[in-house]
Amino acid sequence: MTSPAFTTRGLTKVYGEGHTAVHALRGVDLEIPRGEVVVLLGPSGSGKSTLLNILGGLDRATDGTALFHDTNLSEMTDRQLTRFRRDHVGFVFQFYNLMPSLTARENVELVTEIAQAPLDAGDALALVGLADRADHFPAQLSGGEQQRVAIARAIAKQPQVLFCDEPTGALDSQTGRTVLKVLQDVNDQLGSTILMVTHAAHTAKMADRVIHFADGAIREVVLNATKLNPEEIAW
Amino acid sequence: MSPLDHKLLRDLWRMKGQGAAIGAVIGVGVMLMVMMTGLTVSLTETRAAYYDRYRLADVFASVARAPDRMADRVALLPGVAAVESRIVGRALIEVPGEALGIQAQAVSLPERGRPDLNDIYLTDGRMLDGSRADDVIVLESFAKAHALLPGDSLRATMNGSRRTFRIIGLAQSPEFLYTTAPGEMVPDDARFGVIWMSRSSLAATYDLDGAFNDLLIGLTRDARQDAVITAVDDLLDPFGGRGAYGREDQASNRFVSEEISGLEAAAKGVPPIFLAVAAFLLYIVMSRMVQSEREEIGLMKAFGYTNAEVGAHYFKMILAIAAGGALAGCLAGIAAGRMMIGMYLIYFKFPFLVFQLDPASFVIGVSASILAASAGGLFVLRRVFALDPAAAMRPPAPANYVRAGQMGRTLARRLDQPSRMVLRRILRQPARMAGAMIGIATGMALSVSMITIYAGFDRTIDLTFSVVDRSDATVSFTHPVSDKTLFELGRLPGVTHVEGMRHVPVVFENGRNSFRGVLTGLPPDPRLNRALDADMAPIPLPERGIVLSVYIAQTLDLRPGDMVRIDLREGRQPILEVPVAGIAQTLLGSPAYMDLSALNALLGEPGRVTSAALTLDPVRAEAVYAELRDMPTVVGVSVKAQAHDAFVEIMDTGAGSVRYVMGAMAFIITFGIVYNAARIAFAERERDLASLRVIGFTSGEAAFVLLGELAVVVFVALPLGGVLGYYLSFGIAAGFSTELYQIPALFDPVSYGSAMLVVLGAAFVSGLLVVRDLNRSDLVEALKRRE
Repeated sequence: MTSPAFTTRGLTKVYGEGHTAVHALRGVDLEIPRGEVVVLLGPSGSGKSTLLNILGGLDRATDGTALFHDTNLSEMTDRQLTRFRRDHVGFVFQFYNLMPSLTARENVELVTEIAQAPLDAGDALALVGLADRADHFPAQLSGGEQQRVAIARAIAKQPQVLFCDEPTGALDSQTGRTVLKVLQDVNDQLGSTILMVTHAAHTAKMADRVIHFADGAIREVVLNATKLNPEEIAW
Repeated sequence: MSPLDHKLLRDLWRMKGQGAAIGAVIGVGVMLMVMMTGLTVSLTETRAAYYDRYRLADVFASVARAPDRMADRVALLPGVAAVESRIVGRALIEVPGEALGIQAQAVSLPERGRPDLNDIYLTDGRMLDGSRADDVIVLESFAKAHALLPGDSLRATMNGSRRTFRIIGLAQSPEFLYTTAPGEMVPDDARFGVIWMSRSSLAATYDLDGAFNDLLIGLTRDARQDAVITAVDDLLDPFGGRGAYGREDQASNRFVSEEISGLEAAAKGVPPIFLAVAAFLLYIVMSRMVQSEREEIGLMKAFGYTNAEVGAHYFKMILAIAAGGALAGCLAGIAAGRMMIGMYLIYFKFPFLVFQLDPASFVIGVSASILAASAGGLFVLRRVFALDPAAAMRPPAPANYVRAGQMGRTLARRLDQPSRMVLRRILRQPARMAGAMIGIATGMALSVSMITIYAGFDRTIDLTFSVVDRSDATVSFTHPVSDKTLFELGRLPGVTHVEGMRHVPVVFENGRNSFRGVLTGLPPDPRLNRALDADMAPIPLPERGIVLSVYIAQTLDLRPGDMVRIDLREGRQPILEVPVAGIAQTLLGSPAYMDLSALNALLGEPGRVTSAALTLDPVRAEAVYAELRDMPTVVGVSVKAQAHDAFVEIMDTGAGSVRYVMGAMAFIITFGIVYNAARIAFAERERDLASLRVIGFTSGEAAFVLLGELAVVVFVALPLGGVLGYYLSFGIAAGFSTELYQIPALFDPVSYGSAMLVVLGAAFVSGLLVVRDLNRSDLVEALKRRE
């Protein structure tokens, strides 16, 4: 059996020192199998984003280990973490984080230019249903469209893992559903593991696995027997 | 305290670094202004008090020999308040350890009591009391330069006879703040002395019993100086009058005035540059701040704060920075002024000091800073007013690049995405980019012009001491001697070449303008002292006509071919009109040249010279000096190497030394502008850069997007700054030029290269600092921010 996408043991993150120290993660043990859609659910401040950032190579744990396949992320240098993000990981954020000076296609090409086995930028945009908006600048796109460009940019490198931090947080329900649908399609067609942070419980219905977070620790892991298609989710 | 004021204090604390940097630029401007106006006011006042207390004459007249009664005649002229007749003569002082005698001026004092005019300030010893003929008082600066003290003896040759004197006192004099040996350009304490002795003793030495050869005149308050001068000239002409002149033409005072006006020009010219830069920086920083606080602004407006209240909040911040900088500048200016004035006290040799600050400079400094800062701030406030609360509360839409995307399409197609980002950002905000370019170009221009000035100073020294004057030493004679003396000099072992010259005091006139100077007669095809044109080619001296230095030609508004009236103040004192045959490029002094034989013919004294330029075999130079010292007709020898050193010292300690301060300021401003441009570019793109890092760009690749923009701006700014600097250097060179020396604005490629290196260096260091911040910036934090 292949190793899980991520394995963590005793993962701890502390911000600050002494009296003012904040424990964002208090020893998290977790396994995320490859190819699953995993939703991290919990109130704000529960540590779910911290976990996502550490697994995504944006932040470092104070203690414990985090393995990507068989590689220990905790032992990587900054340069290696950059390499890891560049080669294996895609990110989607709440506020899209597109380059305003580049068109939709160029935003995707930003990634395909440096990736090892990228999709064609046009194909990536077609995958999110924006083939006809490829030459528009972010200023000319709606919020949902911008988020789909961000997803296209994230998947264009064919990442093994796709991290999404509140991807529908800034969107209305209909647009949110479209975005989730795109993520589902990516999971189906590219087989990428998807790790999604949200505090919106309904999103959990499309996941294979839901991890409930509270006070920096896992409270419960629920396996969904029946995944819902995002279009069927009641918002 | 209102909540807004709390916010104000916290914001100021948060932006303390940038605020302090801008405040410092304002502060430096105000400091320079307060310090320099304080210095000029103090120096002017001190000089006035000194002249007043020691009764410096208003009009000076020199004459060959006039009977004492003529002084009484002058005293009766309308407008004349006081008259002091005296005897002055040349002396050659022997100083142990110096192969050469040192030229000095012997000046008579009354047998007892104080002179009515041109009193001296005794710093050591006692006054003359008429008891001994060999008592002398020596100018303090000269005595110090040669470690002479009261009680020492002093050997000097006067009017051909060698005498031994006893030093009884040291003194300073308002008449001799600066002492320059006859025939030399540059003041030098060590190489020209003044000795005061009793009138009777000097009269005996120079056969002037019952007569005088120098007359000092004090004027009444309402006197017309011109009328007095004309009347004095009429009275003294029959006795060999050399022409009376006012205090403004007195050598020492002329030099002090040049120095003070140099400071004055700098006090007026430099601070505005700083204030303009500060206004520009404030505008950039504040507009960035308003942009990032648009939500807060919207919120305040939504709560019901009026535009005026919100505007006032930001305006207070501008005021706080401007006023803080200006106040710090005032304090620093007072401190620096007090320190500098001590140095100037030594430099100008004032016996006391009236330290005065100009209250106007505080008022002007503070209000100009606030005005400049407000000008920068007003543009920002316009944007605060324009913000609509509802729109401000929504996150801003992504910056619109549609138009920028249309531009440069063909170019963009050849570029990768990061380069496109650089290109489009520049195209999208051409005004802001132009602002940054102009800022950096200004820094470049300042550096170019200052480094050009450095090169100009070097050029002046080089041209004067190696191109115009190629001699090793110049010998001055006691009186116009026969040119046979030149053969005598030429026969001395060690002298390799001799050229005779004749210096005649002269007044040049063109219409209402006049200039008192010296006319130099040069032999045909001279090799040592030459009149050179702008291309450094020798100008042949015609049989009729004179060659003027650029400074005289400009002062009198004369061009080649024009006629100039010359009034020779020697011998039979002819006055005549001669054509200007050429303009000589000289950078030290303001000479005028004429063919030696033609000049002698005008004076009716053929075959005469007053000085000789020599080249020497360096090995035998000391032996030559010893021989020269024993020649009775030699009154002094000036060694070029010493003159060179004295000149360099004058340029490095007086108003000329300001160039080092200004050079340092130019570098600081250049760096400040470049660094600020980089910082702001970073602040505006922090989120984009973090996004790039997150999607897998290395910090180097992300830095390219940031530094690429800076690089483009800098590379466009370089040639622009070069052009600006070219024009600026003319203004600055003119500001640094004095009557004593002129500083050329050269097009010196090395200066431009160096300035370019300064800017590139500043850009490189700024880039490193910003990239360091980029590497340190917390990716997660940067992403969370909504912009």
